[in-house]
Order: sequence, then structure tokens, then C-alpha cells
Amino acid sequence: MKFLPFVLRNLFRKKTRTLLTVGSIAVALFLFGLLVTIETSLNAGIDVAGADRLVIRNRTSLIMPLPLAYQERLRQMPHITDATFATWFGGVYQDERNFFPQFAVDTETYRQMFPEFEIPDQQWRDFLSDQEGAVVGRVTADRFGWKIGDRVPIQGTIWPGTWEFNIRAIYDGARTGDDESLFWFHWKYLEERRPFGKGTVGWYTVKVDDPDNAVVVARKVDESFANSAWETSTETEKAFAAGFAKQIGNIRFLILSIGAVVLFTLLLVTGNTMAMTVRERVPELGVLKTLGFTDATVLVLVLVESLLIACVGGVLGLALAKLFTLGGDPTGGMLPTFYLAPSEMLLGFAIAVTVGLVAGSVPALTAMRLRIVDALRRV
Amino acid sequence: MVTINGAGHGLISVRKLNKVYRRGSETIEVLQGLDLDVEQGDVVAFMGPSGSGKTTLLNLLGGLDTPTSGSVTVGGDEITHMSGGRLAAWRARHVGFIFQMYNLIPVLTAAGNVELPLLLTRLSKAQRRKHVETALTLVGLADRMNHFPRQLSGGQEQRVAIARAIVTDPSFLLCDEPTGDLDRAAAGEILDLVTSLVRDHGKTVLMVTHDPLAAERADVVLHLDKGVLVEAAAKAAAS
Repeated sequence: MKFLPFVLRNLFRKKTRTLLTVGSIAVALFLFGLLVTIETSLNAGIDVAGADRLVIRNRTSLIMPLPLAYQERLRQMPHITDATFATWFGGVYQDERNFFPQFAVDTETYRQMFPEFEIPDQQWRDFLSDQEGAVVGRVTADRFGWKIGDRVPIQGTIWPGTWEFNIRAIYDGARTGDDESLFWFHWKYLEERRPFGKGTVGWYTVKVDDPDNAVVVARKVDESFANSAWETSTETEKAFAAGFAKQIGNIRFLILSIGAVVLFTLLLVTGNTMAMTVRERVPELGVLKTLGFTDATVLVLVLVESLLIACVGGVLGLALAKLFTLGGDPTGGMLPTFYLAPSEMLLGFAIAVTVGLVAGSVPALTAMRLRIVDALRRV
Repeated sequence: MVTINGAGHGLISVRKLNKVYRRGSETIEVLQGLDLDVEQGDVVAFMGPSGSGKTTLLNLLGGLDTPTSGSVTVGGDEITHMSGGRLAAWRARHVGFIFQMYNLIPVLTAAGNVELPLLLTRLSKAQRRKHVETALTLVGLADRMNHFPRQLSGGQEQRVAIARAIVTDPSFLLCDEPTGDLDRAAAGEILDLVTSLVRDHGKTVLMVTHDPLAAERADVVLHLDKGVLVEAAAKAAAS
């Protein structure tokens, strides 16, 4: 600690250069924070997916339906304790930019299948008793200022016409990362009004008695419906969510690539700053060694300087990213769980520390190996 | 008393000291079999033409460089075979360095510069502060403690450098052209200061200089030429 004032004095020797380096680290870590938040948000469904739930869809494509009659057959199968279904509605509220996912769901089974979505009992009962009723997630309700009792018109895109719904319930996710942007309504309402696709559902979700049986059950389900007009593809909810996320491209790879380039650039910038710092100070380092500073002490002094630059920049960048994410989803519904988790901030800080150590290591070793007589000769 | 034939057993004892530099296939013998003894409280001036080995000798005496062969013993410690870490600790404890160009750290105040060697000790902040004040008072700069080097004259900078050199109360001072960058008046003040340190505090001073005025203040002037001590003028013995 007694060396800290000396290190700080050295840091502010070239104020502009230090501030620019800190600034570039802050910008890089801000970018890292945003990229990680986007990636996490896109994969939120994967992270919170139930281990004991399987999703069954049409083997040809997710957009192809399955017959309603499968529900009973699924319920009869060994290890399956419950089966529910949903259908993608794909409507537009006022403007196409106001995207949020809408599903027509089996009201008798949906709530018990997804207990992580917490709905007050009275609101759920109100929803059940109103065929035009809808349940909406807290994020979407807040986004559009919807309250219980509001009547909401949604323009159908798959099934044309204006569909009107009464907001009867608002749910909250029990865990961080639970999607609070969904909009559910009665599948029967859809079934009665739609001109085509009657008697079908989008996909099934089934619960198995033990997650260890998931693989066996998935194989059994697909075997049962093989060689029929509606063959199935069954996978864990996690795999289903991952496949859904992949539909918009390999975001993880993209983010990792951008992140790697940014961090590499950061290493060069910080490394260059530290190299210049040491080069300019060779005679002074020689003086320190003359006074009795050991090679190890000189090494640590340079490393601490590099670490301080990286840590201050890192903390600044991550704090800005956190501040930005506190404002919520900036895309208007594409990233419903736009949240920078403490664990990701810690990861960002660890990256900043690593950058500081790696960037400072070469100049620090140079300083450590400096021979006093050579250093003093450069005065 | 200084002897150059290795007969005595003083504070500093140098035996058969050689330093050879190699540049490609060329070999340069900077010091050749030097023997020297320096007693506590002596002021020794090394003079000689450029390239005669004066600064190399000073570097070897201060443990800043290692000889090719031979030994340097200071206060009973043979420093020529010490490891880097031990040598650094030894320098911190026993040697005060004064350079021609002062070599102060520009981002530190006078007090900060003088405090630097004390950071390597176990002294508390308050104790360090007290030592710094004492050293700066001794060199007449108590009122310039919070000035940065750029705010001081050359003579004042060298006084701060002297305060830094004496703040740990070292066994001896090594001065490399201490007046080389100063005008005559400032050089006189610095020499007065060094002389008073010797007189009042019993410090041993080894000084490399081209300045005859500086040499006049020495008890002994030793001339080096091509790495060999060619003449000793033991003023103290003569007097």
C-alpha cells in the first residue's frame, strides 16, 4: 500500500494517454457487457428450460402443426405425467415493431405445466371464465401500459382479421431470466374463429416423471408416431429453446468473434501504453534499482500500474453497461430478458484483470531485467 | 587513510578487481587488477580521462555492476558474490548515490523523492515523514518539501538528491560528477554540504569528478588511467 501513491503519480504522468487507455478499455468492456447481455437474453429460454419437460413438434418443421388427438395418446405413454399444447399466433399489436410472442394455449393444462409463471389465483379464474381473456407477462403489460380489464385488439397475420382480447391476468417469472413478455389466450377461441388449421396444435409439451427418463421417452414418442402423416420430433425443452434461438443465426459465435477481436485490440492498446511507459522511464527504473528496489518490486510496480488502468477502465465500462441495461429491452420486444447478471459483470472484471496482467507482463519483465548500468547510461 | 596497494583493512577493501567488456570479438579491459582500501570517514576523489574506468569502479563499489574477477568487501560483506535481491537490500542499507544529473523522479515532490529509499524499510508513515524532514532540513530545503523537481534550481535538485542519499543513514556515499551540471556557485554549495556531512556525520565519500575544485575537497585524489590507479595524493598523510 505504501507504494500506491507512487504508482498513482506515475499513472497520471501522461494524463491524456492514461485517460485514453482507460477510455478504450471502458468502451471495450461496455461493448462486452452489451454483447453478453444480448447473448444471454437470446438464450434465456435455454438457461431456464425445465429438465423434466420435453417438446414435441412436427418432424418436418416447427411451423407445421400436429393433430389435437395426440394429446390423449401422449398422456397414455409410460413416464409421461402431463401433456399440454400451444399454437403460435403471430399477431401484430398496432405496429409490427411492437413484437411480443402470442400463443393460443390449452387452458386446462398450461398453468400446471409451467409453474414458474406466477399468476394470482383469482386472475387465473377470471381468465378461464372469459374465452376472449388473455394472460400477459409483466414486461409486455408494462411496455404497453396494459391493466387488468383492458381490451386489446391484435391483427392476425396467419389467421386474418382483428382479434380482440380482454386482459384477465398478468404473470411474473419466479426466476431471473424467466420470459415475462409472453401473451397467452384460449386455444378454443382460436379454434372457433380460424378458417383453417382446425383440429391442430403447434407443438406439445409433456412432463416426464424423472428427467433421467427424458431420452427414453423422447425416443418412444417419435417411434409411436413414425410412418404416420404427422411424424414427430421430440427433444428436451432446452434443446428446443436452443434450436429456436439458432433460427436467427449463430449469435454466440458472432458475439464471441466480436468479443475476441475487441479484447485482442485492447491487449495491443494497453500493452502499447505500458511499453511506452516503461521505455520512457528506463533511467528512473535504474534509479529505483540503485536505491535498493529489487527486480521483483520493479516488476510488481509496473504490473500494478497496468492492472489499475485495466481495472478502472473495466469497472467504468461494466458500470455503464449495467446502467444501460437497467433501461430495459432497447429493441422493443426482441430481448425480453435484457439483464446484465452479476456473474457476467464478474466475468467482465476478470477479463479486465487478465488484460491488465497480460498487457503489463512484457513491459514489466523488461523493467525487471533492466541492468542498472545500462539504464543509468540513458539519462 | 587510503592505500592503493591493498595493505590496509578499511571500510572498503578492493582486491585484484578486473572488469572486462566484450563487444563482438573485441575485448576491452576497463579495470585491471585494482587494489584499494578506504577507511571510514575518508573523502576520496577519482580523477582521470574519459574511459579510464572511474564510473565503472564506482558502479562496482556500489554493487550496481559485477566485476569479471576480484572482490569488493564493504564493512566485512563481500558484495561481489551476492545475489541480485541481497545486493539490492545491501545497497538500500549501506550506499547513498548522488548523480551528475540528480536523477530525481519528476512526478514526486522533494519529500516524495527523499522518501523513496524509506519505502523499502519497515518505518511507519509518520516515521518516514520525520526522517524526510530531517534530511531536507540538513540540506537546507525544509521549505521546499512540497516542490516538484521542475520547480527547483539545479543546485536545489542536487541538494534533494543528497537528502535522498543520506536519509537512510548509509555507510558511504558514492558521487558520480556531483557538480558536473552546476555553475560554480552552486557547485561550491554542494561541495560545502558534502564536506559538512563528512565532518559532522563521519560519512565516507567516494567521488568521481573532473572538477579540480571538487578534488581539492578530497582527502585523497586517485588518478585512473586505462583501468589502473597511477597516482595517489594522500593529502591527509602529507599534512
